[in-house]
Amino acid sequence: MSVKLSIRDEQLLDGQHGEAARMAMRILVRMAEVQSAPEMMDVSQAHIDGCGLLSETGLEFAETLAVKGAKVCIPTTLNMGPLDLQNWKRFGVNEDFAAKAIRQAKAYTDMGCIPTWTCAPYQSYLTPRFGQQIAWGESNAICYANSVLGARTNRYGDFIDICAAITGRVPRCGLHLKQNRKAQILLRLVDVDLAIMHSNAFYAVLGHLAGSLAEDKIPVIEGLPVDASSDQLKALCAAAASSGEVALFHAIGLTPEASTLEEAFQGGKPERIIDIHLSDLQKSRADLSTAKEGDDLDLVVLGCPHFSFDEFRELARLIRAQTEKGKMLHPNVKVIVISCQTSYALLQRSDFLDVLTDFGVEITLDTCVFHTPMVAPDTKVIMTNSGKCAYYAPGELGVQVAFGSMAECVASAVKGHICRREF
Amino acid sequence: MERTLLGRPIVSGSAEGTALVSKEPLSFWGGLDLSTGEIIDRRHERSGEVATGRVFVFPRGKGSSTSSATLMESIKTGVAPAAIVNLKVDPILALGSIVSDELYHKAVPIVVLAEKDFYSIKEDDHLTIKPDGKVLVSSKPSAK
Repeated sequence: MSVKLSIRDEQLLDGQHGEAARMAMRILVRMAEVQSAPEMMDVSQAHIDGCGLLSETGLEFAETLAVKGAKVCIPTTLNMGPLDLQNWKRFGVNEDFAAKAIRQAKAYTDMGCIPTWTCAPYQSYLTPRFGQQIAWGESNAICYANSVLGARTNRYGDFIDICAAITGRVPRCGLHLKQNRKAQILLRLVDVDLAIMHSNAFYAVLGHLAGSLAEDKIPVIEGLPVDASSDQLKALCAAAASSGEVALFHAIGLTPEASTLEEAFQGGKPERIIDIHLSDLQKSRADLSTAKEGDDLDLVVLGCPHFSFDEFRELARLIRAQTEKGKMLHPNVKVIVISCQTSYALLQRSDFLDVLTDFGVEITLDTCVFHTPMVAPDTKVIMTNSGKCAYYAPGELGVQVAFGSMAECVASAVKGHICRREF
Repeated sequence: MERTLLGRPIVSGSAEGTALVSKEPLSFWGGLDLSTGEIIDRRHERSGEVATGRVFVFPRGKGSSTSSATLMESIKTGVAPAAIVNLKVDPILALGSIVSDELYHKAVPIVVLAEKDFYSIKEDDHLTIKPDGKVLVSSKPSAK
């Protein structure tokens, strides 16, 4: 099957816009064939995930494009990278790794990308509009952009993201088209009381469950409170896009393409209806942990995806509640919060940055514990409030993990071992 | 016993190896160790198995956008599967193999099979992948 190309597409493929654009367009056209897209289409914004992992091939790819003179032609933000660009020495990252990470960062900024360095770009800068056609990488951000903002992106993997940014083109298919955004299955929350639904941990747990239930379908969630916050939906997206492949969900009365069930299903009927009971959520919560109650704790990781200003404020409140009782961080436990420059700029203007640092919280920016070597090799047990971090940590970091609310993470950091309440 | 399945070549190429079969989707980032080729998603049914050199048969990808980077790097480090057989086109995995092809002229062939054919492949079947998407399956005689 051949893909219909515009005159400009052909020029890009012929190298009339340079070698780098030719390479980018070749990759895009091959992907259009893979996805059976009849033609290409414009996108007006990109978010690059390919700048995150530091690998020999990823670095070579980025430098190859940059050296050939590639420039992005649409506003393009960057996901977190492999290095805390200002503070890496403090976290014991070795010089050789840092040097390569800096080269990779430079390749992307040389191409004209905006140095946002965050996996929560929707809370940071250039938030896409409803209906805007965009090319985003980073699974949690893809899910958030489609579901919560109603912008339109496919699940873009590393490297096609920068190709889209350089050419402004993507294959016309999938979630870019309204008819493919129709809900397919219905997840109904039954007998889950509002107090639980207002807790932050609920969203990560629900996301973890929804990701595995949805399989390759677009789910609708019925019964979510309509006042769910950006941070709560961020947690839901991150978990659902880790246990599963959710790139778009609808929530009745909450997300912009789902004011009613009928709208979400675009007049059709669900292929399946699945009821979610409190007991399902309890099982999902248990599945997020591999460590046990009472296990000695080495490290608390918060900020996956990147901490917002509001989350810093909530953490400061929880820490204050402990320190006012004379409690301190347990000497064997480290607390790392991962965030971005935009949240940190606001934090510096707050009156609670000292509350965090005095307690011993270490804040790292621009990066992620999975992509920069900052977790000490002797770390055995970690705790997190993130469904995504809990999903990937056992494999990527070789640790046992306990999932808990932010309050449970703080309480456990004080006690030195994992302690949680029933959900 | 030998038989031929007609698949759709997503990334065209020739390869052969024994089948590593799973009914669960996998995110390659967080799922495949880049130095050993081990499946490291500890919630995955094939956690601990090594995919290197095998024809990895699983329904589809999931999870991380970095899975394309992981597949490309695994080709470079030599721990990639010999080929991938899926039930559904996964654009992120296809991308990793395509970018590797563009940059290094080395790709992992990816074939998508119809449901009945996909589920007919058994663990340790010897699979030969052809550039046109044909999959030759040679099953061991079942032990009596």
